[in-house]
Amino acid sequence: MLLSGDEAVALAARDAGVALGTGYPGTPSTEILEAFAELGGHAQWSPNEKVALEVAIGASFGSARTLVTMKHVGVNVAADALFTAAYTGVAGALVLVSADDPGMASSQNEQDNRHYAAAAGIPMLEPADSQDAYEFTLKAIEISERWKLPVMLRMTTRVCHAKTIVRSRPELATTPPATGYARHIDLRVMIPSNARPAHRRLRAKLARIAEWNEVAGPNRQIEGDRSLGIISSGVASVHAREAAPGAAMLKLGLTYPPPFEAIRAFARTVDRCVVIEEGDPWLVDAIRAAGVPVEGKPEMYRFGELNVDRVRRILAGDVTPEPAPPPGKPPELCPGCPHRYVFQALRKLDCIVSGDIGCYSLGALPPFEALETLVCMGASIGMGLGLRHVLAPELARRVVSVIGDSTFVHSGITGLVEMIYNPPPDGHVLIILDNGTTAMTGMQEHPGTGRTLDHQRTGKVVFEDLARSLGVKQVHVIDPTLSQQAFEDLVAQCLESRELAVIVARRTCLLATGKIKQMEKCLEQQD
Amino acid sequence: MNSKTERQISAEPLPDGRGPVSLVTNIVFAGLGGQGVVKASDIAADAAFRAGFDVKKSELHGMSQRGGSVSSDVRFGERVESPMVPPGDADFLVLIAPDQLEVNRWQLRNGGVLIVPSMIDARALSNKKALNVALLGVLSVLSGIPEEHWIAAIRSNLPEKLHEANFAAFELGRQAARREFNP
Repeated sequence: MLLSGDEAVALAARDAGVALGTGYPGTPSTEILEAFAELGGHAQWSPNEKVALEVAIGASFGSARTLVTMKHVGVNVAADALFTAAYTGVAGALVLVSADDPGMASSQNEQDNRHYAAAAGIPMLEPADSQDAYEFTLKAIEISERWKLPVMLRMTTRVCHAKTIVRSRPELATTPPATGYARHIDLRVMIPSNARPAHRRLRAKLARIAEWNEVAGPNRQIEGDRSLGIISSGVASVHAREAAPGAAMLKLGLTYPPPFEAIRAFARTVDRCVVIEEGDPWLVDAIRAAGVPVEGKPEMYRFGELNVDRVRRILAGDVTPEPAPPPGKPPELCPGCPHRYVFQALRKLDCIVSGDIGCYSLGALPPFEALETLVCMGASIGMGLGLRHVLAPELARRVVSVIGDSTFVHSGITGLVEMIYNPPPDGHVLIILDNGTTAMTGMQEHPGTGRTLDHQRTGKVVFEDLARSLGVKQVHVIDPTLSQQAFEDLVAQCLESRELAVIVARRTCLLATGKIKQMEKCLEQQD
Repeated sequence: MNSKTERQISAEPLPDGRGPVSLVTNIVFAGLGGQGVVKASDIAADAAFRAGFDVKKSELHGMSQRGGSVSSDVRFGERVESPMVPPGDADFLVLIAPDQLEVNRWQLRNGGVLIVPSMIDARALSNKKALNVALLGVLSVLSGIPEEHWIAAIRSNLPEKLHEANFAAFELGRQAARREFNP
């Protein structure tokens, strides 16, 4: 089979009897749960990554096997649950997929989530291709259940979205445990008196996993010319194989806790030992701290993705400037996109626009150049409020926050609560750009659509009702495409009122309209 | 299938004299979001897979649906390591949007083959959206992958209602290749 890394994870999850998959859409992780659902698995989108992980922790306390998927920045959101889940441990397997995006093809930063495995103290596997993605998912489940710990499967864009040949091996999957509940208050209630021994327990588990990793971990030594030895993991290892096909290589699969003795032994047998890794100098620092002399890469290769050429340059110690490929055509909002009407109006009203993450981030680019901040999911509201609090009144009154529907559910609701709790002196205007889908990542459902991941009818969060119930006096729902003037007038009126206002700018995404109509028709027939 | 073509692609030294190291065939597909760049690369990768080659393909998703530049790499051969075509190492550059040439020309190696929409008689293309598959028709003649595997790959990667138009487009491309390249 020719599968993407994402599809391979889904297939392994199915073959291993994963009972529940949860997550929040985020490139390059989104396809995992979609593929899992297509294979018949029980998959759910959660409002955000933290909730997704919490649901999975609960399910694993019930002895079920669980898979949680998110992009790298999603782990920031889930981190609160993650660090303490490492203390409580799990009953059924819990595999957390962190899909990193070196080079930022579709992200706001290129954070290297390998740091999370070490910081939280959870084992981490790094697949290099789809076959690895399949086998390491099974391995992650095995490790998770054997040592009762969450396990991170750390993927990157070129593993998630590369298609490579996969031979499925369901015979490698262990039998899932029977679900059931047993009280373990001392293990699962992390009050200080329980958490102190839990931390010691965690470190003891990691020490045992490290011992196991030395002898039985999914690490592979590839024979070669001993004048050059390469230590690598993930997609960097296949770039390195191609850049230096004759070199000896230690390809690490379980990179946390690292198998330092195997690394030391390997380094001893080669004349020159180079660590080839994408992103931060994470592995090389750890290996050096363990007292093994190895070479790393020049700082310039910390930025962006690696490829075969860049690995050749690293091996040659080449720090001359790299040729930059010509810039391509930047993406833009689709012709007729409802967001276009909103940005046109905000531009005309000379608003200071605090922005958020989604298709509408493109409002920062020409021809609009209307969106002026973007930090993280949900931040538009808090940042807009912060500006309103400190700016002189004539500036403050121009500040507007814009947020998409899925992003609002993800982490805008708490921002809205802040707006009611700490209102700026001249109020604030929040525009929810409700296009009825998670458009940016490819039209996923969310709690505001009233449909589940696999498009079945479910409970629906109605934004205007929510805003009213929280105490916002001015709540308006408007289709911005019907009349540019009417929309502009409404925003102007809200700004002038100096009250708190929420405008739901509701118009379905053009690309999703047909699909949504068809789904709704099917659902009506079912009702 | 022309056996000479197959040999050229798989083992003989390349015209730039770099020798038969390139047992891997590198293809870059490029165009704009919504033109079927990724779909074309899916079909090519599937055809190579069906022909018994090791295959890897990769591209960057994300902003691709918003009309921006999109490219996708397909590599096949006896054994493929990296899923990305090394910079300047493409044997074939298949352009679905002619205006993306300058952005992508650097990907093509010396002596590599450029495949462009002007090779296809647009009037003969019954479904304009099948341009990507017509260009696959051109590529197929030069690819060293037997036609039957291309046909099977198109069948399995596109919904049935699009088969007829795409098979016609594919054949149009094959004819164009015979005319252009006289393989």
